[in-house]
Amino acid sequence: MSHSKQNNHISSEQLNQQVEALVKHHLKNQLPQQLEEIENNKTPSLSIIATKGTMDMAYPPFILASTAAALGWDAQIFFTFYGLDLLKKDFNAKVSPLGNPAMPMKMPFGPNWLKQMDLNIPNALMSNIPGFENMATMMMQKTASNKGVASVEELRGLCIEAEVKMVACQMTVDLFGFKQDDFIDDVNDWVGAASFLPIAQKSDICLFI
Amino acid sequence: MLNFDTELNTNGLNCPLPILRAKKAIKTMEKEQVLRVTATDPGSLKDMEAFCKQTGNELIESENQANEYVFYIRKS
Repeated sequence: MSHSKQNNHISSEQLNQQVEALVKHHLKNQLPQQLEEIENNKTPSLSIIATKGTMDMAYPPFILASTAAALGWDAQIFFTFYGLDLLKKDFNAKVSPLGNPAMPMKMPFGPNWLKQMDLNIPNALMSNIPGFENMATMMMQKTASNKGVASVEELRGLCIEAEVKMVACQMTVDLFGFKQDDFIDDVNDWVGAASFLPIAQKSDICLFI
Repeated sequence: MLNFDTELNTNGLNCPLPILRAKKAIKTMEKEQVLRVTATDPGSLKDMEAFCKQTGNELIESENQANEYVFYIRKS
């Protein structure tokens, strides 16, 4: 019969076209689903570049990294410049009201009515009193412990425990004349920008603190 | 009060300590066991929900009692 002859004589060109159409059809159906699946199964990742070593700037990297790790993410902190201070063994972060005019602090001690007052001490006055930095630091630490917020050192320990990758910038270590021995043993790596950038590129979130 | 296997008290602790402690506690538990967490941190309501969603643990119930929040989490 005539159509059996047609079945035997399908040209290779027609075959190619049919295969192509079939593949396109399948891709259109399958691809979005597969992509979504890959997306959902991917572990979110966070990279943080920590560049500051004061107490107030120590909180954000440690809190974010430890929380990300608690959520099951891959978290990493690259400590550079003053951020290296956060990795020191004799770590003693201070906070300075100088240059921080938006720092109306409440007294963490004393009677309740005093604790509620917003004290707006002008910068010019604060920075001229010697030892004010130490006092500001002590007050900030007391405020944190009053409110049940972990100390920076505790948060650093929690990060290490949660296996956040702690990476130090080797260049800064050389620049400031530090030795690897000055830092805690838990530093995972001593690298440069070229090693860090590819990791940052792959991260879902990269923050500069 | 639901049945639970381990209890965790994070009263007086603020973000991110409640979920960090919860994570630590869950690590030592076996699958299907239930953890009861108490917290006073108002942020913990959303935090516990997000924590469970992200880690795949089941938040069976969350209560908002007089001065504390209570969460029941099943390790999955």
